[in-house]
Amino acid sequence: MMHIQQEAEERHVLTVTVDNEAGILAKIAGLFTARGYNIDSLTVADITENHAVSRITIVTHGPPSQIDQIHAQLERLVPVHKVVDLTEVGPHVARELALVKVAGTGEKRVEALRIAEVFRARPVDTTTESFIFEMTGAPDKIDSFVALMRDLGLVEVGRTGIVAMARGPQEA
Amino acid sequence: MSEERSGANILVESLVKQGVEFVFGYPGGAVLPIYDALFGDERLRHILVRHEAGAAHAAEGYARSTGKPGVVLVTSGPGATNAVTGIADAYLDSIPLIVITGQVPTGLIGSDAFQEADTVGISRHCTKHNYLVKDPAELAAVIDEAFQIATTGRPGPVLIDIPKDVQIASAVWTDALAQRRQRYAPRTQGTRQEIAQAVEMIAAARQPILYTGGGVINSGPRASELLRELQAKTGAPVTSTLMGLGAFPADHPDWLGMLGMHGTYEANLAMNQADLIVCIGARFDDRVTGRLDAFSPNSKKIHIDIDRSSINKIVRADLPIVGDCAAVLEQILAEWGSRKGQDLTEWKACVDTWREKQSLCFPLNDEAIMPQLAIQRLYELTKHRDPVISTEVGQHQMWAAQHFPFFSPNKWLTSGGLGTMGYGLPAAIGAQCGNPDSLVIDIAGDASIQMNIQELGTATQYRLPVKVFILNNEWMGMVRQWQELTYESRFSNSYSDSLPDFVKLAEAYGWKGIRIENESQLDAGIQAMIDHPGPVIVDCLVHKESNCFPMIPSGASHVDMLLYGDHVLGTMDDEAKALV
Repeated sequence: MMHIQQEAEERHVLTVTVDNEAGILAKIAGLFTARGYNIDSLTVADITENHAVSRITIVTHGPPSQIDQIHAQLERLVPVHKVVDLTEVGPHVARELALVKVAGTGEKRVEALRIAEVFRARPVDTTTESFIFEMTGAPDKIDSFVALMRDLGLVEVGRTGIVAMARGPQEA
Repeated sequence: MSEERSGANILVESLVKQGVEFVFGYPGGAVLPIYDALFGDERLRHILVRHEAGAAHAAEGYARSTGKPGVVLVTSGPGATNAVTGIADAYLDSIPLIVITGQVPTGLIGSDAFQEADTVGISRHCTKHNYLVKDPAELAAVIDEAFQIATTGRPGPVLIDIPKDVQIASAVWTDALAQRRQRYAPRTQGTRQEIAQAVEMIAAARQPILYTGGGVINSGPRASELLRELQAKTGAPVTSTLMGLGAFPADHPDWLGMLGMHGTYEANLAMNQADLIVCIGARFDDRVTGRLDAFSPNSKKIHIDIDRSSINKIVRADLPIVGDCAAVLEQILAEWGSRKGQDLTEWKACVDTWREKQSLCFPLNDEAIMPQLAIQRLYELTKHRDPVISTEVGQHQMWAAQHFPFFSPNKWLTSGGLGTMGYGLPAAIGAQCGNPDSLVIDIAGDASIQMNIQELGTATQYRLPVKVFILNNEWMGMVRQWQELTYESRFSNSYSDSLPDFVKLAEAYGWKGIRIENESQLDAGIQAMIDHPGPVIVDCLVHKESNCFPMIPSGASHVDMLLYGDHVLGTMDDEAKALV
């Protein structure tokens, strides 16, 4: 009998600076599927005035040797300028934006609003029976907020996935 | 000079400017404007293949044998998808190709138009880079950059998809070199510390081995010269992967032969027992390492590779050096100076005891020609011509690698990484185009040769005197061998039933056909093949059930090699069966 063996895994946050050209996102996402790597979240937007360069933030997990391969494989792509493994670099800020729709009336509605205040979530759409809260923060903070809303009439959640940056004055 | 030209015209001018001699292609609806621009143009020679896979492999053969990039031109949809196998092959073996594909007009892209395929999407993960060009004004710069990307760093195929309207529309053309975007700048040299450390490690080693690969060939003939210099200075024994054969001369006393699954006993044992492996332009492929947890347990590893992602992918390197083989070898030799390495007498005595196994020996047979013997005779009778050899994939390929010695780079064309049956004949055609005066021989098997047999017509049309030497054992020999050794001889679908009469087939295409049925005809048949000025198929009937040994079975380590005469149970556990 044969069994598939598993290795210990780590979670890493990578930022990838790329030429903003057609197909680049497919190329990067496809690299992950083709080589059997994991994507936990992926965000992308252009970051220069002329829209020529995009920054992609990828959260992935895998054994350390695989994380190193992901780094090398990304760097090898022609449109990729730079890959930074923020988890390797050190302390970094990772933030995510979420929209959370909660419907309800009476005590539950009041409780939802009260918890939202504690979490500094802002209502951005309000009807007499619902809110949409907007919040930013570390992913685990959003996880906790969403968990609390589950009992208070949670309807829908939208999350961006994280963007991240190394702490301190220098570019990573 | 500056004037308006059509996209098709700009393409042709750009190819000429890049020094392209041959374009291997097949016309179709979406490349008609390009074919019209080629019509009557004497500067580019178009080789009309019979199937687009043939175009890609022919371009590979041209590239591998000349060191220049191969150019492919095919139409949209099926033209492009047929070429994909050759593109993927070039990607895994790091062969520089420029593949130009026609595409439906920009306005129809995404509409499921006639002969539309998402070529850029399909080829994304088997090209080094690809482009969809939507404006003829970008063409010149894109082509220029494509050649740069294909030929520098780790070489590979680059695809340019050009919609039909972009071929027809015009743009300003200047004969000045198109401006490169300069975004691709691979690292070619090691740092001073890396080089110093490498020299220190090599000088201290008592049991060193140089493990070389296709990267040495890709780096250019200078890398092979430098490898020989480094070997002369250090005295280390040398082994090579399938892709690296020819970089080191096979008659050198310190040559160990090929390593890996069908490598020699001495090469694999030396890898296993070494205290230092210097890996130069190779990538620890699974066919080389065997069982990983038992791979060369006591050695330090220096890994020189132009592709950072090859390093630490399979085997951890103690000293990684990212750089071009020739450049790094040059640096190491400069740093080495007049140093003396360790006394290797003991190590070489060890190697000599392994050599005594004579692992490439095979039993002769009274009734049938042994395939290994056929290769040895082919070598003996052709060596004065310094031939270029291509192969298909399977037993014949391994026997050629074992029994046909090479002495210089760019003479050995084989599909290593992808293992593409049907590679050899078109590759030989491409090589013959680039080396018109050379003797070019495709060593083939009866099954593989049928995969691109249509290319016989291409050789006929262009009067290319390629030779196809078929080791005909009426089996897909390597599949049969694995079934015998691991599936209790349950020969599922591996018999080559309904084989054509290869001699008549040759004649039908205007080739000469020769059949060799027994040993007494062997030399005369090979001689007749060489003496015929045109293309020849030799159908050499060989012993049907010969296995290719030595062999490291799937899941075994370098020390567990099967040699001729070993008793094999013919069974294997599931863990081993599941390995590639």
